[in-house]
Amino acid sequence: MIIPEAREHLLRALREGLRFDGRAAHAYRPIEITRNITKNAEGSARVKIGDTEVIAGVKFEVGTPFPDKPTEGSIMVNTELIPFSSPEFESGPPGIESIELARVVDRGIRESKAIDFKKLCIKEGEQAWIALIDIVPLNASGNLFDAFALAALVALRETKFPALVDGKIDYHQSSGKPLGVEKKPIAVTVHKIGDILLIDPTREEEHLCEARLTVTSMENDVLCALQKGGDGPLTVDEITAMVTLAIEKARELRKLI
Amino acid sequence: MAFERASGRKVNEPRAMEAKAGVIKNADGSAMFKMGDTIAYAAVYGPRDLYPKFMQNPKKGILRCNYNMMPFSGSGERVRPGQNRRAKEISMVTEKALLPVLELEDFPNAVVDVYVELPQTDAGSRCAGICAAAIALADAGLVMKDLIAAVSVGNLDGNIVVDLDKDEEDFEGPVADIPVAIIPSTGQITLLQMDGEITPEKLVKALELAQETCMRINEVQRKALKDKYAGE
Repeated sequence: MIIPEAREHLLRALREGLRFDGRAAHAYRPIEITRNITKNAEGSARVKIGDTEVIAGVKFEVGTPFPDKPTEGSIMVNTELIPFSSPEFESGPPGIESIELARVVDRGIRESKAIDFKKLCIKEGEQAWIALIDIVPLNASGNLFDAFALAALVALRETKFPALVDGKIDYHQSSGKPLGVEKKPIAVTVHKIGDILLIDPTREEEHLCEARLTVTSMENDVLCALQKGGDGPLTVDEITAMVTLAIEKARELRKLI
Repeated sequence: MAFERASGRKVNEPRAMEAKAGVIKNADGSAMFKMGDTIAYAAVYGPRDLYPKFMQNPKKGILRCNYNMMPFSGSGERVRPGQNRRAKEISMVTEKALLPVLELEDFPNAVVDVYVELPQTDAGSRCAGICAAAIALADAGLVMKDLIAAVSVGNLDGNIVVDLDKDEEDFEGPVADIPVAIIPSTGQITLLQMDGEITPEKLVKALELAQETCMRINEVQRKALKDKYAGE
């Protein structure tokens, strides 16, 4: 529910360089990353961005490679917006909001080629690793896109393959061999409210924004995934400004991992 | 002749415990309870309006619990998200374990939602979940007669032990796993399940050990609340 007065109020404050929590428009809340937070996952991470707190964990499965890519393994990203993490979320199968989140995180990792899918092949056409990445919000207070993507990336970078015994996974042993994530694709979501571009909105601010663009970029500033959201349209000039800002912020975030 | 546990613990020695109240900002009440390598978070929302309307009780509020293992929390393969039969049953017994100490008459037509999430498990997860939920309900400011504490006791090759870990649960030989929840002030039992083998005489011994251990757990739970609210 959007109250027009609330939007006007936020916009007026933003034009004077103020946000509800005192931040600048392009500033993230404090970010805290903790690695390996659960010992039963092959890799895991906790990411806090202000009051938003999420955890990501990686498990493996051995599957059959897709017929058109017999020499490649794969990844799967799953998220659930559990009612544990916010009074706004309801029980039930994943809704469109959590599906979009999972797919945007998936694309950022997949398209950056951060993981060489060929290295996930065990036996051509027969067996390949599938990395299963689950991301769970503990406290959802805005900007889940950036938090989820960051948690997934850090968890994957900590991931080691489990031991493989006679073609089956022995979950009680680690092979000690790292998954090998070669790049650092970083998702930064830029929100638009009136003529202002906003980074890392709180949940209240998110509700007041007209449009958002999630930009995933790599170390060389090349983009590997985009996702526009929200009901409002964007001009090419606005998109250019959003992409420039996202790349700049991604460089900052990349230093944290 | 003392029985040697693989972990080196005494038969009446639970794993190291840790508890914290107020860990989830969005929730009305929340807690973390750690028993060895099993970590449970509980978040309480409510009392709040209950929909669909036909589920409402005009005489008192209802308690609704949801137990969930995070997909990567188990030591084996990934747990598929969504409620499986096991999670549904545990959610139900969690509800029954907590309900006797709650006073929900003041909240007609409302629901108190308790969500239990486990990021890491090493057996005893329903008990850890109940311990966390009890702290979270108190943290939410609900009127309660007592704080429910829970622990599993068991029969390990003829020996009565407390707080079985995963290795002990998987013990190849006669083993019984008995999760128990207790109202500390009365000693009454609000959760009792068992699978395995035990004689009626040993069951009584096991329940006494559970009562004794729940008193220790209760101290940890109380301390978590005092740590948060002392000085406020």
